[in-house]
Amino acid sequence: MTDTETKSIGYYLRTHIREYGMVVALVAILAFFQVLTDGIMLKPVNLTNLFLQNSYIIIMAVGMLLVIVGGNIDLSVGSVVGFIGALAAVMIVNWDLPTVFVVPACLVVGAIIGAAQGYWVAYWRIPSFIVTLAGMLVFKGLTLALLGGASVGPFPDVFQGMSSGFIPDFFGGLIEGRFNLFSMTLGVALAAILPIIGLRSRAKQAKFAAVEEPMVVFVTKHAVAGIAILFVTYLLSTYRGLPNILVIMAVLIAIFTFLTNSTTLGRRIYALGGNEKAAKLSGINTKRLTFFTFANMGMLAALAGLVFAARLNTATPKAGLAFELDVIAAVFIGGASMSGGVGKVIGAVVGALIMGVMNNGMSIIGVGIDWQQVIKGLVLLAAVIFDVYNKNKA
Amino acid sequence: MDTILEMKNITKTFPGVKALDDVSLKVERGEIHALCGENGAGKSTLMKVLSGVYPHGTYDGDILYDGGVQEFKDIRDSEDRGIIIIHQELALVPLLSIAENIFLGNEMSENGIVNWPATFARTGELLKKVGLKENPATLVTNIGVGKQQLVEIAKALSKKVKLLILDEPTASLQENDSQKLLDLLLEFKAQGITSILISHKLNEINRVADRITIIRDGKAISTLDARGGKITEDDIVKDMVGRDMAHRYPERTPNIGTDKLMEVRNWSATHPLHPERKVVDNVNIDVAAGEVVGIAGLMGAGRTELAMSIFGQSYGTEISGEVLINGKPVDVSTVEKAIESGLAYVTEDRKEMGLILEESITTNITLANLDGVAENGVLNDGAERSVAEEYREKINIRTPNVAQKVMNLSGGNQQKVVLSKWLFAAPEVLILDEPTRGIDVGAKYEIYTIINQLAADGKGVIMISSEMPELLGMCDRIYVMNEGEIKGQLAAKDASQEAIMRMILKA
Repeated sequence: MTDTETKSIGYYLRTHIREYGMVVALVAILAFFQVLTDGIMLKPVNLTNLFLQNSYIIIMAVGMLLVIVGGNIDLSVGSVVGFIGALAAVMIVNWDLPTVFVVPACLVVGAIIGAAQGYWVAYWRIPSFIVTLAGMLVFKGLTLALLGGASVGPFPDVFQGMSSGFIPDFFGGLIEGRFNLFSMTLGVALAAILPIIGLRSRAKQAKFAAVEEPMVVFVTKHAVAGIAILFVTYLLSTYRGLPNILVIMAVLIAIFTFLTNSTTLGRRIYALGGNEKAAKLSGINTKRLTFFTFANMGMLAALAGLVFAARLNTATPKAGLAFELDVIAAVFIGGASMSGGVGKVIGAVVGALIMGVMNNGMSIIGVGIDWQQVIKGLVLLAAVIFDVYNKNKA
Repeated sequence: MDTILEMKNITKTFPGVKALDDVSLKVERGEIHALCGENGAGKSTLMKVLSGVYPHGTYDGDILYDGGVQEFKDIRDSEDRGIIIIHQELALVPLLSIAENIFLGNEMSENGIVNWPATFARTGELLKKVGLKENPATLVTNIGVGKQQLVEIAKALSKKVKLLILDEPTASLQENDSQKLLDLLLEFKAQGITSILISHKLNEINRVADRITIIRDGKAISTLDARGGKITEDDIVKDMVGRDMAHRYPERTPNIGTDKLMEVRNWSATHPLHPERKVVDNVNIDVAAGEVVGIAGLMGAGRTELAMSIFGQSYGTEISGEVLINGKPVDVSTVEKAIESGLAYVTEDRKEMGLILEESITTNITLANLDGVAENGVLNDGAERSVAEEYREKINIRTPNVAQKVMNLSGGNQQKVVLSKWLFAAPEVLILDEPTRGIDVGAKYEIYTIINQLAADGKGVIMISSEMPELLGMCDRIYVMNEGEIKGQLAAKDASQEAIMRMILKA
């Protein structure tokens, strides 16, 4: 390796310290708890639980990232989770409507809720903090009204399967405890496809200009990601296979990563958050974009609401309480900027996983809920201080 | 007469620009010392060094003040020694009262409890001193800019000022307010207060200044003794400009099309908050292919408002009128449509409205034409970077890497990024609003070259500028605007600063 190459790798890593720092932090925290819990942390059953427990936070973090990058915030998502869960319960349990109808209907209702809030933010320029604070109260109240103060459940199996089911092993029956070959195959396929996609995009870039990311970084990144995917799917396959919800999440993450990184729509959202006036004067319809980010958030909050209700197998008036705080914390731990324009989908996901791993790990080793809160708060603060420190140093 | 301040060999560098290059300045006790120079010459930077905005250690050289070398850490430090600076942009809190503003950060208090009666009494005295007849309890937002300026000065007086620095204090004042302020300066002088006055208005300087130091391109060129009235405005201008007019602007042989490329007919717009104020009033202008047309006028003449209301109704309400391109009426009701119709507008405020500072050069350049680097809404990274590289080369953006964040570039290079953005959108007509504001002389020349190239490529260029020499040097034709109306137009060969001023002042 020549001297200039080494230098450019150093420069590249320095300028991207946040992205890689996050992943390193996640791995370190995982390792820390793996030791502290005597290996329980990475047991297949615990790993499965980890995904099930955090799925709804991750789903919402993806949407919240767009809202925050656009320069806004949505405090209502926790209440929307509760409301949609209640709505689904009332429709399925009380009214006997079929799940195949209820699920899309609830997603549409979620999108409408998001759109209704986004309308005031985008077209009337009412601060999102206030609009969604109002939404938070409204939907918390409506949840209570819908449920009449009591829990409604249980749900039919199909509905529950959304969050507690596993993808079947098409290669050989549905025997529990047997190695799930199909899940493993999916993992291997994913681990193989990612570097191919990466290489193709590098080749496309190279046609026009020198590729920015050094090859060494590229190889290391994909090697680590590949090993992690194979490792996780292997562990999960020895238990019951890939949870349905993990597949839903992976698809969402893929869609939104693509949307933010590679589409004009995504670019425009970053421009909107980075400098709204400049974006507007560049011909970007900033109002419509803001509106879109909220509608999208509403739909994802609805999905999270369905997943959460399915997981509990009942809709309770307390569902979704304070979820918005976990979601927002995940996005900021993931490196988004409060003033908008900065942040990555994968960062928000890693941020949510860091929170999830800490919750899970601390519970296993018996840290009380009191100290868990304290530690999580400090981690959030530390992550943001790290950001600001990096920015000042640059 | 003794020296109150001596700044010795001050050098201050920003990334990519040497703002001050070995500048020395000597101010005598009790005089009014004027600092002159073009925009971006380094006057304000020098004063920021003096007042500790740029603390000791961030510049080279020494500050000798009141008998000793000073190492100011911040503004507070210099204020404690009696150096008070009043910035161009007023630093008052609009929704606090005059009294609260004057004693902000310096409250008359005991154990943290404000003594309001004493505060109001003292404010009354100070206001009398600066000749402002207002109730100390009046909110600052409710008084005019001229009076706000006086509040700033009263605030300075409250701090036992020895050296008062005024950065373009009359820039936004009406004539009679300006006169009052200058009289006040003379009065302070009689009381023994030393002042440094930064101003563009040479007649004002001639009226009050004892000595004048001229700064150009970050260097102190000369110090003139203005006592006795021997100095003329021409003497000052000569040192300010340096080279003769002929070489400040690149050569161009105009090749102007015969037909009107763009025509604006009967254009009017109203102030968004004050519906009774017509900010643009029945304006008719046009530009031909290959032509550079200037719009001259004073601050507040309505030039920016005209441009922005044409560009997708970005300013104003009740907009009426017609825009024609190549003789056909076009829809410019949104920015998107205006861009589609072939218009581009380069804002006067590139940091606030032109650039996304946190983003890369590449991202900024493609922002107005993302579809040009995308297929079905999917961006092509490679194509995007090659576009950025193309413009970096073509218009000479000085950067090691197009992935560099725009905030790390100098003003001139930032302006080149904004221009690149609009060039990539491939417009027919470009409206450039103060295209060389706040950038150094060398970069100005490059911007002028780009403008000439645009005209040579058959684009129509409309250039708004407050610097009359720039309009005279660049334009084929100059419209003169005042109070929202076009007062007339001048062909390049008939235009002069006097002719433009006469046209502005003609009722």
